Amino acid sequence: MALLEVRDLKVVFQRRGERPFTAVDGVSFSVEPGQTVGLVGESGCGKSVTSLAIMRLLAKRGNTVTGSVSYEGTDLLGLSDKEMQDRRGRDLGMVFQDPLSSLNPVIPIGLQIAEVLERHRDMSRKKAMIEAAELLDKVGIPDPTRRLSEYPHQLSGGMRQRALIAIALACRPRLLIADEPTTALDVTIQAQILALLRELVQDTGTALVMITHDLGVVAGLCDEVNVLYGGRIVERAQRHALFAQPRHPYTHGLLSSIPRLDAGRGEKLVPIKGSVADNIPWDGGCAFAPRCPNAVAACREHSPDLVPDHGGLLRCHNPVQPAVAAGGGHR
Amino acid sequence: MNTLLNKRKEPIDKLAAAAAGRSLGAEAVRRMLRSPVAITGASITLLFVLIAVFSPLLAPKDPNEQYLGSLVRPDFIPGSQPGFLFGADDFGRDFLSRLIVGSQQTLLVGVLATLIGLVIGMIIGGLAGAFGGWVDTVLMRLVDVMLSVPSLLLAISIAALFAKASQWSVIIAVSIICVPIFARLLRGSMLVQRDSDHVLAATSLGVKRTTIVFRHMLPNSLGPVIVQATLTLATSILEAAALSFLGLGDPDPSRAEWGLMLGKGARQFLDIRPELAYYPAIAIIVVALGFTLLGESLREALDPKNRR
Repeated sequence: MALLEVRDLKVVFQRRGERPFTAVDGVSFSVEPGQTVGLVGESGCGKSVTSLAIMRLLAKRGNTVTGSVSYEGTDLLGLSDKEMQDRRGRDLGMVFQDPLSSLNPVIPIGLQIAEVLERHRDMSRKKAMIEAAELLDKVGIPDPTRRLSEYPHQLSGGMRQRALIAIALACRPRLLIADEPTTALDVTIQAQILALLRELVQDTGTALVMITHDLGVVAGLCDEVNVLYGGRIVERAQRHALFAQPRHPYTHGLLSSIPRLDAGRGEKLVPIKGSVADNIPWDGGCAFAPRCPNAVAACREHSPDLVPDHGGLLRCHNPVQPAVAAGGGHR
Repeated sequence: MNTLLNKRKEPIDKLAAAAAGRSLGAEAVRRMLRSPVAITGASITLLFVLIAVFSPLLAPKDPNEQYLGSLVRPDFIPGSQPGFLFGADDFGRDFLSRLIVGSQQTLLVGVLATLIGLVIGMIIGGLAGAFGGWVDTVLMRLVDVMLSVPSLLLAISIAALFAKASQWSVIIAVSIICVPIFARLLRGSMLVQRDSDHVLAATSLGVKRTTIVFRHMLPNSLGPVIVQATLTLATSILEAAALSFLGLGDPDPSRAEWGLMLGKGARQFLDIRPELAYYPAIAIIVVALGFTLLGESLREALDPKNRR
């Protein structure tokens, strides 16, 4: 049985006086222990909302979450608030995008780690602090005992993200959701943080859901990749298959828009035309059709279903043919 | 002034090096020490507090002793008298000593009224900010009602409700008009904190709601409230003086109080001995100014946007 199984997750935002907006539209995926699954897409594709819905961190008012999220067979969406609170941090951990704003500015780092240990593992403050120093050491922060009494603003960006990961891992959750954990960091630190995450996944068998818009991160970390567009999964493939042969025109476009080392000097990057529409019209055809170079008449008439394709899943009427893909971008 | 200018011209890298690894509080103190406004405000405030605390020792004469004895008659005109630096009042008491001792009353009323207002306001604002929803709606409409009445008018009405005027009626009246200011302010910054990333992060760790409110939301919301408290202290002093001026304060004639002294001086002797009104007026203005300058510079020093 998969550790986390998301079935047909649907999140609808309902604001007063506005039409309901479907941010996540029937997303399903599963994560095995020790596996890293990527959710990839551009801003507004519903990847962060998916993660917040799994953790049940969306405000109750104005949001409707349907479908099922089962963790070791328990449906998280059916738990009471209290039961869910007990599970957060203990069974499921989460790492956020901006390490500075995700840490409490007025509390020393040590206490922020100790807080979780006291909450879930009933540790005394003293024991929790010792454990906190060990955790900081484990995530590669030098001189951890001194760092315990320091405030977030006294740490560098990379160290803050390490501290945040230490907090998320404090109670050894079996599932870690990382929501763009490297976006706010510079490239060298990004590499270090990714290496740290990879190491943790390998050593502890933690399952990792990696939410990112950065295909470089996906290439370095994920086993399986889900490409999201307009709140739906448009393609799912194993990492190598995805990069070697993207099937969906959107995935293909994403890969073509990344600079490559082996490209000629004069070769231009190919952007995807247009931008994400505000209200995504999956009902009247494929949401990507207006921006799609491969769009055919069928794309504008009825929306494609997610069907098995080359060992993965694909939602497209007119996928990219292998010959074209080989000429396009992969790295 | 010259040294202040020179300090500003310190090389930027030196400043940056000095700023690295400082706590928020130390950083604010450092910035306040560089601001002439802050130093002026702090000096006035400190001087005032010292005078108030040590007033029994500082007063040259007994403030309640009627020194002029038989000279005091219904037609007695107060004012400059030999041996009295600021003159004598209409009972023949030393005006300077009464001003000095009156600072105690002013400080007491100002601080107590602000503190009571702060506590009640923070409870209301904290509840509204922590719970949101209908709790927030109900409490904030209550606060709106309080805000819709002009503050001095509200204070006068509350003070007038007391059967017997005393210094407590002034303190309570002034504290009640402070309540909506603090309630709104704290509620606002709590709501900002509620939607902040670090509160979301704490929630994602399963931290309990009460812990989130008291450890994560409240401490991060206090900055503006503390600043507002210094500013409100100034208005409280003014409001308390205004109530005494209008005769709603402590009726005990032996108790020296600036507002009462100002009221008497302005009503009875303004055309013949205006200094009897000027002295307490100047004292009130200077003290209120001191707190205002201190509060403003504190706000500026704590504002992250002004970080250099």
